[in-house]
Amino acid sequence: MTDPMMSTLPTTETGGGVVPGAAGPGAAGAEERKERSASLWADAWRDLRKNVVFLISCFIILVIGSMALFPKLWTSQDPQACHPRYSKLPPSWEHPFGYSVTGCDYYAQAIHGARPSLTIAILATIGILLVGGTLGILAGFYGGWLDAIISRITDIFFSLPFLLGAIVFLSLLKPNEPAAQVASITGVLIVLGWVTIARITRGSVIATRALDYVQAARALGASNARLMFRHILPNAVAPAIVVATIALGSFVSAEATITFIGVGLRAPAVSWGTMIATHQQYINSDPWLLAFPGGLLVATVLAFILAGDALRDALDPRLR
Amino acid sequence: MGRYVIRRLLQFIPTVFFTMFLLHYLTSVAIQFTGNPVRALFGDRRPPQHVLDQFTRALGLDDPCLEQKLNPCFGIFGDRLTNIFLHFDFGTDLRFRPVTDIVADALPYTVRLALIALAFDAVIGLLAGLLAGLRGGSFWDYLVKISTVLVISVPTFVLGLMAQQFGGVNLSNWMREQAWIPELISRGIFTTSYKPDYPWASLVVPGLVLGALNLATTARLTRTSIQENIRADYVRTAKAKGLAQKRVVGVHTLRNSLIPVVTNLGIDMGVLMGGAVVTEGIFNIPGLGRAILSGILRGEAPVLIGIVTLLVLVYLFANLLVDVLYAVLDPRIRYD
Repeated sequence: MTDPMMSTLPTTETGGGVVPGAAGPGAAGAEERKERSASLWADAWRDLRKNVVFLISCFIILVIGSMALFPKLWTSQDPQACHPRYSKLPPSWEHPFGYSVTGCDYYAQAIHGARPSLTIAILATIGILLVGGTLGILAGFYGGWLDAIISRITDIFFSLPFLLGAIVFLSLLKPNEPAAQVASITGVLIVLGWVTIARITRGSVIATRALDYVQAARALGASNARLMFRHILPNAVAPAIVVATIALGSFVSAEATITFIGVGLRAPAVSWGTMIATHQQYINSDPWLLAFPGGLLVATVLAFILAGDALRDALDPRLR
Repeated sequence: MGRYVIRRLLQFIPTVFFTMFLLHYLTSVAIQFTGNPVRALFGDRRPPQHVLDQFTRALGLDDPCLEQKLNPCFGIFGDRLTNIFLHFDFGTDLRFRPVTDIVADALPYTVRLALIALAFDAVIGLLAGLLAGLRGGSFWDYLVKISTVLVISVPTFVLGLMAQQFGGVNLSNWMREQAWIPELISRGIFTTSYKPDYPWASLVVPGLVLGALNLATTARLTRTSIQENIRADYVRTAKAKGLAQKRVVGVHTLRNSLIPVVTNLGIDMGVLMGGAVVTEGIFNIPGLGRAILSGILRGEAPVLIGIVTLLVLVYLFANLLVDVLYAVLDPRIRYD
């Protein structure tokens, strides 16, 4: 399920667009996969590497991703080494983002704050792809009573308002350790977020199932599992990948919102959400305390949404 | 159509039932792990045991299953359902205030807020989408495209804090010094929090903040939909037979393009009611969102179950209304 999603990652790493010819995004090592999914993804890649907006978004995603993976690359300061003497000192040359209200280096906090936000967003996206994708394939492929049951469950979850549901769940779970907080936020986002993926996958599996080549494979004696994962999935996965990319952005934003309301991550955990929540009362006197984490947050969400939009345009054959 | 509506209404039952059970289970588990919420009523003081017992019994929290961890407490759930559906008794908060009263007090604020947000959403979103869709590739098109993506990627709470600071503090302070600006604008519309003196005006900015995300979605949807339809054969025919541009756009293109937009607006209504939690918190509006939050913080299970069930029902009815409207607007769609 995550395979094709991973195969889009090389597009971000070779961001400059130096790969010659029609080397598909799956070309990064898997010859056999390239042949199978060459047409759609290779076409999309040819479009995308000329798309300036997409390349800029990928660059932003890379920068934020490296902050989350290797914060030491960006700062040598310890975000937890604080002294009240430095409280709310404005930005200076040595400390470009100034100091937080508790006297911590704000730049170091902003860099280290990328990790929990991105961890939650990525884990939750993988989660909704696995849960929603599996249920969507099963419902679309088998139809009948299985489809009826899965669709009814989807309807039930679809009618739970997202934000409200997240607040209710998390406030009643009330985890204390940072790891448990990350796990519970991720879990809640998956529980409330898989529905869209399931519906989209189900729809495209139903459309693909009826195609001639699938019937041919079935006539040749391919098993159901082979039909689902080798024949239908590669052709039905594109819409789900697009939604997942946009979902990544909205999960970053959702984590910050949940944290801001006070049911998500809590200090001493450092994330953009906690930084904004802690400093919202200083918006009048020291607006930069909100501008830096807010700006990073908006840039990240924007990058994922724009990348998803570009991906959708590139993968939609009707627009060609 | 009638049969379809009845089938959909029947489908509400498992959804509402499931939601209520989920909320019931979560609140029960919360009590099982964190202890009797009644203690919070007394703050720092330690009440005598018999007083505590009396309160606990009166609130129906004395069931032994609330002390067994992870017990689903089906008995309490059954009592809740019979009270709600047979006696229309939604229970009380910890201060013995009926949940129906709390909802009756808070609902007007949230409905007003959601209506303002929906009005912005519909009027500005549609106009922007129409403008961008009709003139694809023009300055307006790019303006709408860029501004909607920006709005979508700014989380509502960041937008709310910004609007509160720049509109409610900076702009409002400047306006108060200008004699020619009426107080309704300088104090009513541009304000940091809800003011009872201006029941509608002080909800305008919060409503805009609440509706901004949906406004952007509506504008984008209208734009795409118009751009798809304007290239359709029937629009070309309408133009070719010499109809006025106004009629081609207003009657032929717009009516067909509005179908997905109306769907989206209907779903928005439900989203807005639930999404008001953040906006009501920032602008201090005593609506349903605030009631839910305080219910959660105090561990008042009946408040939480009552209001969330109500919001889920609103959401379900909005979705049903959308699907019915769908068939009315588009004769090709039939439900039987």
